[in-house]
Amino acid sequence: MSKQPILEIKNLSAGVEGKQILKGVSLTMGLGEVHAVMGPNGSGKSTLAAVLAGREGYEVTGGEVIYCGQDLLALDPEERARAGVFLAFQYPVEIPGVNSTYFLKAALNEIRKHHGQPELDAMEFLTLVRERMKLLELKDDLLKRSVNEGFSGGEKKRAEIFQMAVLEPKLAILDETDSGLDIDALKVVSHGVNKLKRADNAQLVITHYQRLLNFIIPDFVHVLVDGRIVKTGGKELALELEEKGYDEMLKAVSGAA
Amino acid sequence: MSTATETIESLVKQEYKYGFYTDVETESAPPGLNEEIIRLISAKKKEPEWMTEWRLRAYRHWLTMTEPTWQFVKFPTPDFQDITYYSAPKQAKDAPKSLDEVDPKLLETYEKLGIPLRERERLAGVAVDAVFDSVSVGTTYQKQLAEKGIIFCSMSEAIQQHPELVRKYIGSVVPYTDNFYASLNSAVFTDGSFCYIPKGVRCPMELSTYFRINAAKSGQFERTLIIADEGGQVSYLEGCTAPMRDENQLHAAVVELVALDNAQIKYSTVQNWYPGDENGVGGIYNFVTKRGLCKGRNSRITWTQVETGSAITWKYPSCVLLGDNSKGEFYSVAVTNNRQQADTGTKMIHIGRNTRSTIVSKGISAGRSQNSYRGLVKIQKSAAHARNFSQCDSMLIGAKCGAHTFPYIEVKNTTASVEHEATTSKIGEDQIFYCNQRGIATQDAVNMIVNGFCKEVFKELPMEFAVEAQKLLGVSLEGSVG
Ligand SMILES: Nc1ncnc2c1ncn2[C@@H]1O[C@H](COP(=O)(O)OP(=O)(O)OP(=O)(O)O)[C@@H](O)[C@H]1O
Ligand SMILES: [Mg+2]
Repeated sequence: MSKQPILEIKNLSAGVEGKQILKGVSLTMGLGEVHAVMGPNGSGKSTLAAVLAGREGYEVTGGEVIYCGQDLLALDPEERARAGVFLAFQYPVEIPGVNSTYFLKAALNEIRKHHGQPELDAMEFLTLVRERMKLLELKDDLLKRSVNEGFSGGEKKRAEIFQMAVLEPKLAILDETDSGLDIDALKVVSHGVNKLKRADNAQLVITHYQRLLNFIIPDFVHVLVDGRIVKTGGKELALELEEKGYDEMLKAVSGAA
Repeated sequence: MSTATETIESLVKQEYKYGFYTDVETESAPPGLNEEIIRLISAKKKEPEWMTEWRLRAYRHWLTMTEPTWQFVKFPTPDFQDITYYSAPKQAKDAPKSLDEVDPKLLETYEKLGIPLRERERLAGVAVDAVFDSVSVGTTYQKQLAEKGIIFCSMSEAIQQHPELVRKYIGSVVPYTDNFYASLNSAVFTDGSFCYIPKGVRCPMELSTYFRINAAKSGQFERTLIIADEGGQVSYLEGCTAPMRDENQLHAAVVELVALDNAQIKYSTVQNWYPGDENGVGGIYNFVTKRGLCKGRNSRITWTQVETGSAITWKYPSCVLLGDNSKGEFYSVAVTNNRQQADTGTKMIHIGRNTRSTIVSKGISAGRSQNSYRGLVKIQKSAAHARNFSQCDSMLIGAKCGAHTFPYIEVKNTTASVEHEATTSKIGEDQIFYCNQRGIATQDAVNMIVNGFCKEVFKELPMEFAVEAQKLLGVSLEGSVG
């Protein structure tokens, strides 16, 4: 663990409307690493993602999160985004009437402004978009349409990763990006995610299925059950989970405890 | 999610940047309404006898009427004897012959409003008639338009210079008996714009009127008449502002459009009267009758409006589709914030065969405002194969505002088709968070979402206006989401 940490989650507790969902999560990610979080429905995976991204309504009741050496929880959601935190949504949101390209250009320029870089003009932006579209094999008509409006489930997921490819975040959190993708799309999207992996960024991949992890190979796998990380291991942990299921894993864990 | 909802509801003050007052010497009639006042207005304007008589007939009719109460707005009845019906900036001479003679203070006012009138700075491609309280202070590009036979001037001037046209068409679309406020207007109207497009002429520039209420306690009763003769085409823009005041001021205009065979009139409004403060104190009562008559075959009238101002808005730009194959369109964005109330919509009256109408209405409510769409689609027996399509979408920002839709449909011809779609959505916390997560701040996100919602209407506006309208929307909703 000699790598410099990009994200340190320390004993994080959080909830909604007084309901405790995360009950002391600790997780450290180093630069250049890919971590997978697996866990049964309702265990708190999306909640973890939401808290990291700063979604309103989620109350942090304990612990801290250090991102690139700063207190992540002190930042507004847009400030986190501009600082390089990207969330690929489990359920991407439709924004009718707002053109996808326009939206993405606005987002990229906000990030560039934050870093003191000049805004990209329409031509420069288009060049970048064309190049990244190839990476995701995205149909270009999607970009002419309103943000996610009328996109199929799979198209939405692909578009999320396309946005990630354009925005080039330091920390990407992918919330069940695999669900809704057919097997060919899964390969294309995973390939894209892998291409975006660099020594100076990190990826946190939330999934239910080992299948995705055949394509996106994680350095670490964390098992989240009832708001706690009950086990952490290498990529083989995912295989083990697939075989045994969460129940058995849980029993084994509590038995050992 | 209580915290998020609270944030969305936390409204902060919006600034009305047109709220300044111009200190000019004015000449006003004493407040109150009677036949003497009407004769005074008519005399001030050197009107011919028939005009004075017409006003008096309107006044006498008005006396028999009672105020309408059916609209979904609440306000104390204006005291019609407390209003000043004539207020004009004093001029050195009787009427300025050219803009050079206009009081520089007035020119400055329009400059501050972004409407320079002086020859050197005036807007390219847009002819402007500037109306200040009761009078038109000047009209730009008149000469260039006259070369094409286009008449564009103030109503007062038209009554003197083109009495035959005014007499033929005034009241032909909105008769003085039409409704309470239209009758009042017919009796006391002071100024407004007049436009005539001759046969086969396509107006080479946008025509526009800018209305400014300045004087306290005065009402503005302007009257606009636009006629496009056979094959004529014109695009007309209307803008308006008023100073911030604690008392309410009445604006009761009448606009009449007449399109003859194959003629087209596009009438666009960006209405930004002072809306009152966040507690609902002050602001303009905007009670306006706007109606277009598609008199000729294949004629077409398009109303596009972006309504962000006024304490109360009550208006229904309508089309009477008399000529066969004529077409009426209504595209509207109405935004209400704080304590504003809007009851707006349209009427499409199909009389001719194969007449078509399209209605697209977007209502956005924030704060504690109430926003209603009221629309009538009437297909007369004679209107074989008439078609209408209506779409009314409402967007709510926060939980204390209201959106209401009142569609009325009357179909008397079985070959007609009428389609109505309506949706209500709440500006979603999830949409805002999605934008935030991409680095876009909340206020920008709201602007983006609202502009997206209104896109179908904005694309109907002339270019310069569309940009203006988008900005205006941003200002109106500033602070509607915290
Ligand atoms: N806004 C909310 N209000 C009430 N309960 C909530 C809210 N958001 C999440 N929860 C609850 O918190 C728990 C964790 O939800 P979360 O979405 O984080 O689970 P998940 O691990 O992502 O599940 P899945 O695999 O189904 O996506 C669930 O029981 C859920 O019902
Ligand atoms: Mg989830």
